[in-house]
Amino acid sequence: MSIVGRIAVLSFSFAAVAMETNPAAAYLAYVSNEKGNSVSVVDTDKMEMVATIKTGQRPRGIEVSRDGKFVYVALGDDDTIQIFDTETRNNVGELPSGPDPEQFTIDPAGKRLYVANENDAAVTVIDMATRAAVAQVAVGVEPEGMSVSPDSRILVCTSETTSMAHFIDTKSHAVLDSVLLGSRPRFSTFKADGSELWVTSEVGGALAIIDPTTHKIKQTVTFAVPGLRAEAIQPVGINITRDGKLGFIDLGPANRVAVVDGLTHVVLKYLLVGQRVWHGAFTPDEKYLVVANGVSNDVSVIDVARQQVIKSIQVGELPWGVAFGPN
Amino acid sequence: MKTADADEFVAVRLGRAALLRSLVGLCAALTWASACLAEPVEIKIGYLHGVPSKIRLSLMDVPAGNDGLAGAQLVIEDDNTTGRFTNQRFTLIESQIREGDDIAATIGVLADGGVSFVVADTDAESLLKAADAGRARGVVLINAGATDERLREEDCRANVVHVAPTRSMLADGLAQYLVWKKWRRWLLVTGSHETDKLFAFALRHSATRFGAKIVEEREFPDTGGARRTDSGIVEIQRQMPVFTQGAPDYDVLVAADESEVFAGYLPYRTWDARPVAGSAGLIPTTWDAAFDQWGAVQLQSRFARASHRFMTPLDMQAWTATRLVGEAATRTNSGDPDRLFAFIKSPDFSLAAFKGQKLTLRDWNLQLRQPILLFDGRNTVSVSPQEGFLHQFSELDTLGLDRPETKCKLN
Repeated sequence: MSIVGRIAVLSFSFAAVAMETNPAAAYLAYVSNEKGNSVSVVDTDKMEMVATIKTGQRPRGIEVSRDGKFVYVALGDDDTIQIFDTETRNNVGELPSGPDPEQFTIDPAGKRLYVANENDAAVTVIDMATRAAVAQVAVGVEPEGMSVSPDSRILVCTSETTSMAHFIDTKSHAVLDSVLLGSRPRFSTFKADGSELWVTSEVGGALAIIDPTTHKIKQTVTFAVPGLRAEAIQPVGINITRDGKLGFIDLGPANRVAVVDGLTHVVLKYLLVGQRVWHGAFTPDEKYLVVANGVSNDVSVIDVARQQVIKSIQVGELPWGVAFGPN
Repeated sequence: MKTADADEFVAVRLGRAALLRSLVGLCAALTWASACLAEPVEIKIGYLHGVPSKIRLSLMDVPAGNDGLAGAQLVIEDDNTTGRFTNQRFTLIESQIREGDDIAATIGVLADGGVSFVVADTDAESLLKAADAGRARGVVLINAGATDERLREEDCRANVVHVAPTRSMLADGLAQYLVWKKWRRWLLVTGSHETDKLFAFALRHSATRFGAKIVEEREFPDTGGARRTDSGIVEIQRQMPVFTQGAPDYDVLVAADESEVFAGYLPYRTWDARPVAGSAGLIPTTWDAAFDQWGAVQLQSRFARASHRFMTPLDMQAWTATRLVGEAATRTNSGDPDRLFAFIKSPDFSLAAFKGQKLTLRDWNLQLRQPILLFDGRNTVSVSPQEGFLHQFSELDTLGLDRPETKCKLN
């Protein structure tokens, strides 16, 4: 770890300690269980599962609305996105996602929802207010990772078999550029300040750091865990702290989350979690990162400041993704 | 909506300069954007196949008329989706050879039509003829069907890439699991045809390699009897127990019957209550319709939607063989056959094919390294290499003949 990195991490831990003095609100994590056909609700204060919401079939992509009122769950086998009220936990409607929805993202403004239609090489654009599909954009084969730039202007969709990240103008819905990446790009996310786009390649085994203005790959981060064969390292989910100083990369069947320095992109540490770690989310105060372990049917809770796994909590069958509301 | 968008994308090319990117808006405004750009680069891929045998012990296994071909067609569709972003267009040219056909002439016709890569599902002899004819015309064969060891060993060719696994890869994949399961004592039953004997040879090699013991070998001669008759089940029910009677103590019956004469009749009919593996029971393969790991469901459902049937191992092998060319075209951003083949042979080449890891080529004989699936007819039981079978270079090289054993000299 570089000296700068150490200082960054140290100062970050002080900030976290300061936060600890305030009693944290009860944050609820919503975990989609791909084979359980359910969403597990996990209370990160009590560190336990407090409820299970029954969903339709094959829930994967999951998000909470910007106002925290609704949970959206993409149902791959039901060709829809179900909406649940976070108060009553009842199903209150659906969104016309198009066929086989997997990952989706809501733009920072909370107005548009973009969903990848994996079998159709397309992205469906949904207007949140009217709950109607307003456009469909043709992309590469097996679109998967979806993210929107902090200014809501650019949608990035990764296509797994085409192995590209497509930059899409959210106004015209035109594909502005397509960047070739390592095999099976799974997930992408912007830094909160929009300065970098991070994309994981599952089979390529790497993390690409892309300049969102030039669309050029400026760095490729690789991972190596002693005792693990290289093929077992398959980066999937990414979570970057709001200050951009730390990134957490879920390494799938390597059963590790890699901690990456947000500035130098050096891998600082590998955290042992459950089996087949897939996607995760921070608590709103960024004190914890909760990651879903598909094969071990649990979530691991990571203390962000200490960079330690502090707890495993059992959820439903084949947990896929995690989402938190704003508070 | 979708069509209009697709037109816009024709204008968009991978890694284009900012100047061109600014033209996109202009192109999008036109009804047919291709006017803005040069014609796409054409990449023509041949698909050479013989007339497959439809003889199977189980009706469920009788291959469809487009077995294999459907896999190649699906990937052409995928590659053309990618081609919208790279300004490349892929076409598949099917060519069937029948007994007595001049294979060299067939390759000549394909080469004349601008084909440089030919995916082949033929027997070993036809493949060698095609390869030797192709060599003079700069045609590369991609073997999707033939499992013969000799094509990768003493008869290897510098212009043949092998996507189909070898018999030894299949046998090793099975043997690792049986050894892991501690079913080390095998009763080996072999058919009387040449291919059955080749598979038995591979199984013996695997047993030695991984420490299993063949307690006895028996041959099931093909006497030419009817495979399916009205009284078949009654006959088989009496015949199979007697055939397997009096064997020394064994853990698993391993059958080598590529000719579909008897192996399918063994499960539940052995004298001793023992599981069956090899050509029936637990079968080593490259794909099965139940396989759902590592994103495979996506491919399975796209295939089913396009072909209205399940995806077979041959479909997957043809898919992978055709995909190899598409991947090289995308990565090199080129349609030049020499560049594509050079890239395919380079250490930078790898392929994602829903097997949980990237697949690469063995540089000593151009065989694709790949995991082997073990299928019980209903579900995927396991995927080899098994844990603990280590290798200094790649664990996938614990499957099949390894570099030190090779007889291949590529030139």
